[in-house]
Order: sequence, then C-alpha cells, then structure tokens
Amino acid sequence: MDARIGIRNTKSMLFKGLIVFLAFVITLPLIIVLLYIIKQGVMQVNWHFLTHVPAPEGEKGGGIANALVGSVIIVGQSSVLAIPIGILAGIYLSENPGTKLAYYTGLCVDVLQGVPSIVVGIVVYFWLVKPLGFSAASGSIALTIMMLPIVIRATEHTLLLLPPSLKEAALSLGVPYHRVILKVIVPCGFAGILSGIILSIARIIGETAPLLFTALGNNYLSFAVTKPMESLPHIIFTYATSPYDDQHDLAWGASFILLMFVLFLNIVTKLITRKWNIQL
Amino acid sequence: MSMSPSDTSNKKKPKKDTVANATVDGTIAGKEQMTLMKNKRLDLSYVQMKWETVFRRILIVMSVIMLIVVAGILATLIVQSWPSIKSLGIGYLWGKVWDPVNNVYGAFPFLIGTLLTSFTALIISVPFSYAISIYLGEYNTKGWLSNLLKNTIELIAAVPSIIYGFWALFVLVPIVRSFEMKIGVAPYGVGVCSASLVLAVMIIPYAASLGTSLIRMVPSPLKEGAYALGATRFEVIRSVILPYTRSGLFAGILLSLGRALGETMAVTVLIGNTSAIANSFKEVFFGPGNTMASVIANEFAEADHPVYLSALIELGLVLFFVTVIINLIGKRIITRYTHH
Repeated sequence: MDARIGIRNTKSMLFKGLIVFLAFVITLPLIIVLLYIIKQGVMQVNWHFLTHVPAPEGEKGGGIANALVGSVIIVGQSSVLAIPIGILAGIYLSENPGTKLAYYTGLCVDVLQGVPSIVVGIVVYFWLVKPLGFSAASGSIALTIMMLPIVIRATEHTLLLLPPSLKEAALSLGVPYHRVILKVIVPCGFAGILSGIILSIARIIGETAPLLFTALGNNYLSFAVTKPMESLPHIIFTYATSPYDDQHDLAWGASFILLMFVLFLNIVTKLITRKWNIQL
Repeated sequence: MSMSPSDTSNKKKPKKDTVANATVDGTIAGKEQMTLMKNKRLDLSYVQMKWETVFRRILIVMSVIMLIVVAGILATLIVQSWPSIKSLGIGYLWGKVWDPVNNVYGAFPFLIGTLLTSFTALIISVPFSYAISIYLGEYNTKGWLSNLLKNTIELIAAVPSIIYGFWALFVLVPIVRSFEMKIGVAPYGVGVCSASLVLAVMIIPYAASLGTSLIRMVPSPLKEGAYALGATRFEVIRSVILPYTRSGLFAGILLSLGRALGETMAVTVLIGNTSAIANSFKEVFFGPGNTMASVIANEFAEADHPVYLSALIELGLVLFFVTVIINLIGKRIITRYTHH
C-alpha cells in the first residue's frame, strides 16, 4: 500500500515538472525572436534612418521615412473610420441583446474575426483598387475591416459589465436616451473601450497581407492618400525577400521599430486594464 | 353613489366654464409668458426626442454596416470566382496540376500544403497550450510569476507575423537546412517543416488563454471531493479537470486551427512557393510547398488570365468558408460551455 502511494506521488510530481517545463520552455522562442530583432535592429536606427527614404538597390544608407509616414497615415485613417463605427455598433449590441439584428450583427463580427487577412485584401482590391487604382485609402479600408470586430467586441463586453442601475438612474432623472449613453454609460466604460481600441491598433499595424494588393508600396515619401503608399510591414516583407544585404539591414531596422511600437501599445493596454481592473 | 349620471354632468359643466373664464380673464402678459415657456419646453423636448430617434437609428445603421460588409465580402468572392467555378467545376479542388502557363488549374497541392502545415503546427502546439492552461489554471493561478507567464504568452500573439517570418528566414531556416543535410533529404531549408514550426509558436496563445480561463472555472467542490477521496494532484487533473473542460479545450484548439489555416505572411516567406507535389511524404514535408494563402499572396498580382485570377479567388472563397466555419463552431462550443 505504501509503495503504491509513493508511486502515485512521484507520478504527480513528475507530471507537475513536465507541465512547468513545457509552460516555460515555450517562452524561449519569443525571447529569442525579441532579442534577435533588437540586436539586429538597434544598430540601424538613427536620425538618418528615420528621416530618409530607402537608398536605391545595392547602395548603402537610406532610411524608412516613407514607411513610417505611410503606416501612420494608413493606420490613422483606419482608426478614424473604425473607432466611431465600432463603438456605436458595440453600443447597439450591448443595448439590444436578443434582437434579431443584434444576433446577426454578432454573427458577422464573429465571421469577420475569423476571416484570413489575405481574403480581406483581395476583396478590397475588387471594391476599390480595380475601379480607382492602388491607393493608401483602400489599404485603410482593408485595415478598418480587420479592426472593427475587435473594437465592437471590446465595447460590447465592457458595457455589458456595467451595472444596469447606472442607466436606470440617469433615465429616471429624465435624461434623454442618447445623452444617457454618451454622457453616462460610455464614460463609465471608457477605459475598457480605450484598451480595446489600442489593442486593435496594435493588431492591425503589423498586418501585411491586406496591404499587398491595396496600398501596394512606394519607394518615395508620399502624403497623397489616393496614391500608393509604403508601410512598415510591407517594407519588411519586400526587403526581407530581396537579395541585397543593405536592404536586409533596412528591414531589420523597420522590424525593430514596428516591434517596439507593438510592444509599447500592448504594455499600455495592460496598464489600462490593470488599473481599471477590466477583463477583455 | 345615489346620484344619477345626468346630475353629475349638470353640476360639473358650469364649474368647467368658470375655470375657463378665469384663465381668459387673467392678465394677458402672464398668459403669453406661460404659453411661451410651455412652447419652449415642448420645443426642447421635441428636439431631444428627435435626437433620441436619430441616435437609435444611427446605432441600427452602424450594426447594419457590419452585415453589409460581411455580405459584400461573400458576394464579391462568389462573383469573382464564378468564371473559375463555371469552367473548372468541382474537380478543381482535387486537380493535381497547377500550371497557369498552360491554363491548367488544380488546387490539390495548396490544399495539401495548407492542411499539412496547419495540422503539423497544431500537433506541435497542443502539448504546450495544454501545459500552459494547466499551469496557469491550476498550479499557479495568482502571483507575479503567473502574471508574467500570462503576459508573455499574450505577447507571442502580439508580434506581427511578418516579423516571425523574417526572423525565421534568417535564423530558423539555416538550422532546418543543416538538420535536413544530416537526415539526407534535399537541403532546401524553406518548406513545410520550417513553416509549421513557426506557425506552431504563433498559434499557441489562442488555445492557451482560453484553456486557462476555462480551467480556472472548474468548480472547486469537484476538485475538493476528489482530494478528499485521496487523489493526488495528477489524478485530480486527469480525472476531474480535463474531463470537465474537454469541450472547451477542444474549442480552443479549433480557434488555433482557424488561425493557422488563414495565416499568410510568415508562411508565404517560409514555405518556398512550389506548386508541384513531391512523390514521397518525406520530400513533401521537408521540401518547399505552397498553401492557399501563400499562393494568393504570391501570384495574385501577376495573374493576367481571367480564369487564373478567378481560380485564385476561388481559393480565397474556400479559405473563407473553412476558417469561418471552424471559428463559428469553436465560438458556439465556448458560449454553450460558459453558459452552463
């Protein structure tokens, strides 16, 4: 009897050891990737790198100013579109649970969350690029479609967690419905909505596939949203697969900046959710 | 009570008249002020009511936009892939040859490539995501170490896929290549093997974070009952926690699979882009290939023939249906599970 308990206890200990080992060993790839990108990228980044466009093929120097500006413009346009639509649709879902429209909208949000990014890219190609030509605006539309489900779900889940007495109190004072939502409910759930927005920006800023056939890419600095525009993930893709070492260096630098930006946004989200104790 | 109805009406009528007369007799200025205030209030509340209906309408319009977007995506995919559906038929899906130069299109190599990379990645990732779920859900639920591991796992999902692809092209591919030389297959480096390894890491967070929250939801009386009967921790996990969370963990794996099937950029960089199928399994696994997403990314821009283009879009349509169905099944299982 004693011997069997001994075996069972050892089995339990061994299992725990295995679980702990597997759980922690999988952080190694992430740490290796992060350190490698930092090691390769940090040497590339300087003022010249941030303010110049890429040098012609085979030449040294140059920077990624066009991609930085392009990413900011494209993601900025997507945010301007996706944030209001996402928040309002999220409010609808949390205010009218159980209606037919809410059910189908929720279904569509789930569908959009699962759509591969490349499919969004080819669909927007037929919507906008084929009639109007490659443009930064079409890239923004593609990214908006990727961003919407995250903002909607974050808004919906945050607002559903608020106590209903809050809304009832405001309504009983005779405050009109739209002011109740905009002045009472949304400010109360502001932190949750904000972290959803930041998370969605962090998600789309690294998306390459929707931009391949929409914003295309551009070797020169461009501010025109109706013309092709470079972006950080796209410049990494083009230069990573090119045969020139100088272009690889540019891509390492661009990866470093993109990675730092994504990590920063994720940490901000973590701080917000921890301070207001939100579950996303 | 004893009064007849006619009596009451007779008595009340004159009273009403006097009230009406009194207001008429009142000062004209006061009356005007009153009606003005009344009107103003009425106007204000009319404006508010108008805004209320406008606001409700805006909410409805915004959610209808989502329906339009999804319907539009589906319609565009179907319309644009119609030429290929019509001219190639259902046999397109298991045609073994993809030769755009001679106008021969068969999607079988890409189906195989997608399924092979996704399921290999899934098999590699499942032990890790189960381990993370069990560790964070049962062994170590609170404290800084648990938080640190949880945040690190979430960061794995945050790193853009193109960065994984770029890193793997320069670090992982040479390692795989030297391994291939050792076991005696053609040392391509890029191919299904490299792509699966990277995919495996990328999809772990989806199953792991869901699994963690589900294992934390296991009612403690169940576990305590098992402990009281003398079970060890391993036995509690094996015969109480895992059976209780089985369907939820399965849903997490489905979500991971959906992610793996649609993943584009990392795979595009690493898969090697060959549309031919090798003869032996060993060559297929270690040699270059193509997935549905990667062939779209690589060939969409250069597709000049209408059937070629629409054959690529049909791949997108298949990909859309497969990932959406897998995702919806996973979500359905989760909602059913968390509602019980």
